[in-house]
Amino acid sequence: MNDVMHFSAGLSILEISYILASVLFILGLKMLSHPLSARRGNLLAAIGMVLAIAATLLFHRKDGEPIGNIGWVLAAMAVGTAIGWVIARRVKMTAMPQLVSFFNGMGGAAAALISLMEFPHVSGELIMKSGMANGHVLAIMLGLVIGTVSWAGSMIAFGKLDGRIGDLRVKAMKYVNLSILAAIITFIVYIMTRDVAASAELTHLVIILFFVSVVYGVLFVMPIGGADMPVVISLLNSFTGVAAAMGGFLYQNQAMLTGGILVGSAGTILTILMCRAMNRSLLNVIIGVFGGGGTAAAGASGTIKEVSVTDAAVLLSYSKKVVIVPGYGLAVAQAQHICHELDKMLEEKGVEVKYAIHPVAGRMPGHMNVLLAEADVPYEQLVESDEINPDLPNTDVIVVIGANDVVNPAAEDDPSCPIYGMPIVKARDAKNIIVMKRGMGKGYAAIENMLFFNDKTRMLFGDAKSTLQALVNEVKAL
Amino acid sequence: MEGILDFFMANRGTIYMVILSVFLGIEVISHVPAILHTPLMSGANAIHGVVIIGAIIVMGHADTTGAMILGFLAVVLGTLNVVGGFVVTDRMLEMFKKKK
Repeated sequence: MNDVMHFSAGLSILEISYILASVLFILGLKMLSHPLSARRGNLLAAIGMVLAIAATLLFHRKDGEPIGNIGWVLAAMAVGTAIGWVIARRVKMTAMPQLVSFFNGMGGAAAALISLMEFPHVSGELIMKSGMANGHVLAIMLGLVIGTVSWAGSMIAFGKLDGRIGDLRVKAMKYVNLSILAAIITFIVYIMTRDVAASAELTHLVIILFFVSVVYGVLFVMPIGGADMPVVISLLNSFTGVAAAMGGFLYQNQAMLTGGILVGSAGTILTILMCRAMNRSLLNVIIGVFGGGGTAAAGASGTIKEVSVTDAAVLLSYSKKVVIVPGYGLAVAQAQHICHELDKMLEEKGVEVKYAIHPVAGRMPGHMNVLLAEADVPYEQLVESDEINPDLPNTDVIVVIGANDVVNPAAEDDPSCPIYGMPIVKARDAKNIIVMKRGMGKGYAAIENMLFFNDKTRMLFGDAKSTLQALVNEVKAL
Repeated sequence: MEGILDFFMANRGTIYMVILSVFLGIEVISHVPAILHTPLMSGANAIHGVVIIGAIIVMGHADTTGAMILGFLAVVLGTLNVVGGFVVTDRMLEMFKKKK
């Protein structure tokens, strides 16, 4: 008698903890979307997670049985914590996008594993009553497929951002992917319409389904260009959310359900917001209309004019207003610190320096802000491109460092160009333009940039870090 | 088919909750400024690490060595997602903080 009482009290504590955890997740997400409360929001969500995990370990019961193998569970958590902590602390800020992708993939894999392991244990009673075509099996199938696609896709996205995997652009890809997707759906229907006494009899089919899903995840991300990776990661992030929610269905677990669905929907909206910042539709990103060098932009015409470091230093030092447009080139060269040094030096000389931040500069929206914040560039100096554009005609020099597509005037002029309509930093409005680049290579969208041939443009070739260092030295010597 | 309908009826409370959560998720983040897109994505990424609960349950009731190994793997991966996700997000946001 006493035991029963105790048991139900534990369950109540478990459910209350899950409610609290869900509230903390919601508050956390809410606070994460405001600059001042973001850090506390992240902490709140983390507290919610700890609460949910601790309550599960202590009070969860399945058919009256508590969580077993507790030593091993704790050991696994210790291993995961140690690895996760070290990776998250060590990795450079420039590699943030691929890191998010990596962790996302881990969650997807966990969801897929849960489905794989639960499949053979679908209750015989349920199968007797309604066959394989029941919600329980459907949740397992969806958790498996979505989790696996998210895992495989995230790993490919990780590889691409890390520069280990190139793009695979074949026209037929679209049809191949659609047929694999159709095959997956057919497979699920096939499994769910089998007439068996126990789900374990179909385990081999589910393992095949797993491998087909891996193939789909890989092929889904392969043709998508590197510039679109943030959108893909965000999308896969919401996939993992849905996969986690499927686990919530399976176990009737409210914390998994709310957490998963919340991320699923918030992630989807975030994906759409990102697409909007680039003026693309989600469908275009996924199907991959980005031709890649398809348009030659009316043939690169005009001449390139170079400028010496000394002349550039003089020009900058005697300007009133300077705007810097940082791009990923700045970040890969790890030049954000030296760039800040240059801007401090110019400010000492009475030059007003601002940074024009394009929403998709870097490899992820907001990535550039994180990188510049790392280099201690004051928040007030960072201006979003929409706000700075009207100011550019009064700007003496605009310095484009390692950015390309975000200043490409083709987005305004050339309706046939793949980035047409994307909001840009209107660099050509400034009085003088200095472009720092490693060479004449094209940007991520692989299209010609007419800005480089503009009369007001001077090119400063070289690695961003060493060029900036040289500039700093020259400015100092003036 | 009948099974699915049964499932719907038996879980209609849950399904209501799911639908409301979808709208809530959209509402909660729809005014996020572009500079916070990356940290927000990373924070959301950590939250779906809640899948670890499923991994703990599955491992907690594993009865064969094979299931134990897979369960162990699932818990490790889930923990990676949670810990890595929150730590990375905090690291990003820490940098914004210094300025203010």
